[in-house]
Amino acid sequence: MIRLEHISKSFDSSLAVQDLNLSIDAAKTTVLIGPSGCGKSTLIRLIVGLISSDSGHIFIEDQELSSENLLERRRKMGYVIQEGGLFPHLTARQNITLMAHYLKWDRSRIELRTAELAVLTKFPPDALERFPVQLSGGQQQRVSLMRALMLDPQILLLDEPLGALDPMIRYELQKDLKQIFISLQKTVLMVTHDLAEAAYFADHIVLMNEGSLVQQGRISDLYQKPETKFVTGFIQAQRSIHDTGGSDSG
Amino acid sequence: MNNLFKILAFLFISTIAAYAQPEIKIGSKKFTESVILGELARGIIQTQHPQVIHLRELGGTRVLWNALLRGEIDIYPEYTGTLIQEILALEADPGNLPEFLQEYGVEMTQPLGFNNTYAIGVLPDLAAQRSLEKISDLRNHPDLRFGFTNEFMDRQDGWPGLQKRYQLPQQEVRGLDHDLAYRGIASKAIDIIDLYTTDAEIEYYQLEILQDDWNYFPEYKAVYMYRTDLKTKFPRTPDLLALLEGKMTEKIIRNLNKQVKLEGQSESQVAAQFISDHLNLDIESLPETMWSRLWKNSVDHLILVGISLLAAILISIPLGILAFQNQRTGQFILAVVGIIQTIPSLALLVFMIPFLGIGMKPAIMALFLYSLLPIVRNTHNGLAGIRQPVRESAEALGLPKRARLWLIELPLASRSILAGIKTSAVINVGTATLGALIGAGGYGQPILTGIRLDNIGLILEGAIPAAVLAVLVQWLFDLSELIWVPRGLRLSR
Repeated sequence: MIRLEHISKSFDSSLAVQDLNLSIDAAKTTVLIGPSGCGKSTLIRLIVGLISSDSGHIFIEDQELSSENLLERRRKMGYVIQEGGLFPHLTARQNITLMAHYLKWDRSRIELRTAELAVLTKFPPDALERFPVQLSGGQQQRVSLMRALMLDPQILLLDEPLGALDPMIRYELQKDLKQIFISLQKTVLMVTHDLAEAAYFADHIVLMNEGSLVQQGRISDLYQKPETKFVTGFIQAQRSIHDTGGSDSG
Repeated sequence: MNNLFKILAFLFISTIAAYAQPEIKIGSKKFTESVILGELARGIIQTQHPQVIHLRELGGTRVLWNALLRGEIDIYPEYTGTLIQEILALEADPGNLPEFLQEYGVEMTQPLGFNNTYAIGVLPDLAAQRSLEKISDLRNHPDLRFGFTNEFMDRQDGWPGLQKRYQLPQQEVRGLDHDLAYRGIASKAIDIIDLYTTDAEIEYYQLEILQDDWNYFPEYKAVYMYRTDLKTKFPRTPDLLALLEGKMTEKIIRNLNKQVKLEGQSESQVAAQFISDHLNLDIESLPETMWSRLWKNSVDHLILVGISLLAAILISIPLGILAFQNQRTGQFILAVVGIIQTIPSLALLVFMIPFLGIGMKPAIMALFLYSLLPIVRNTHNGLAGIRQPVRESAEALGLPKRARLWLIELPLASRSILAGIKTSAVINVGTATLGALIGAGGYGQPILTGIRLDNIGLILEGAIPAAVLAVLVQWLFDLSELIWVPRGLRLSR
């Protein structure tokens, strides 16, 4: 579905992504994980086209990403970021329906789709008329998700979508998000730094460090067949934080 | 907002309509006698040709002369001495002035009668104390403080020549306004001033005039200068102006000056009275009330502020957007509008005169230039201040650049842009008062006249409405935030 070939990207003089090859399967949830600064967010921003690579190619459904097809490609991808990035001057509903209005969908279609999404994301319909500042952090992320899903894109890109939330809300949203992924069967690429969260969502997990892929596979592969010392170390470090959670069983 | 727009549009159109009618324009310099002579000419011509206006207090000799040459005015009162030395730069009276003027397309009347020459004045007690009688006596008193009008300081026939002729040693020579000079000498802040021999204040302050013992000052006989083509506009003009020739003695003009400066009558009243007493012409003297003046000044001021601000908004917002979208261009744009802002407002107004002449046009242009910086900068800063996640979310949705600008970026920057416009508008209301210096009218007009006549009431007649308007504008913009700034942004304050 998404294919990255020999992608390199550097900011100023520091290398963010180095000659990276990666293939992301359709209708699966792939989780990019790694310590901060490993290049995982850079990768997702390259796919959305917010930044462009220094070298290499990105293919989406065998079509190479270029400046000509950028707008069209973006409309086939939903993008959710940590802080939601909601437009503060628009209500939740206006945020969600902005693109549909821009593309001149008819009103009934927009209303139907919004109602559908509110049910899917368990968002209270009466809160749709509120502005972002009037919503809780969790609600904001649900609106952000609805906005990403409005045009029913095949691909969903999430960059630390739960990173800024309180633990309770985060737990709640994790459950709902997983449900949504399962029911919609989208190609999901999610970035997180939390191994437990990765384990919870991932069909396929990709571990990155210093701009390169370290190991990919199922979560159990990382636990049982770590390919480098870094993998072992990363798992160790995460386990000591989450020790009480009993994630050993994975 | 909509209504305000209609009012501005109406004002704009009515000004243009007014300009379209053929009219005779009289100019006057920035002192009472010149304004009275301007009013006299206006009063006489008006008896036969109603389309005549008087642009009062336009400035000094250069401004009036150039305005005459460019046809921005048709007539103005001048003095032969000034004409010879300052304008034509001749050593002495050639005896055939009208021939010299031919090549400029300008003609002049015969002298009106009085000689208003420069003189040097001093308070009697100081004169007695230092035994000053003649200008040459000043050579022995290098500590005396001189306060001269700015024009006198610069003129060929003014201070530079006087200093050379008499070899005057004084170091402390300050340039100031003529009316302030009288108050300065009365309060003993300065010792010596220049004055005109027809000034009403000479008696009032009981000043002593030092004798010009080495015959430095030339004769300054009052005449009217007018454009030759005025005779095609209204052929009877020279005959009408000729009615005043030889009619005005020094005593008469000093008396007229006194009525205005010391007795508080308006120039038009005094002029109308003179015309009906001495020329037997029936003239309707419009009784000018404070309210009619206030109305006219308000209309002028609103035109100045409204048009310049509207133009500035239309230009500055796109410039601000451009500055935001292209960093290099942006630095250039911000630097240029920043430099414009540092030009002193008076200087900017005067810079405009060679290109746009006098009156409203140069004033509007100067105000427009001043209004650019706050709006350009606030537009740029408002756009640059949008948080990255919000900006990128709009991009990631697949909105094209133009749609992002209209739907997301400009609404988010609206508060900042509006604040910039508000700043410009308030500064504009204040700066527009300077427009009167170059004949643009507005609330600066009564302030200017008030300073000239030492009339606090008149000064307040301009200063108070200007302040009220500034507050009103501020309040109007605060109110318009409710319309222009999206509710979601106002909540997050």
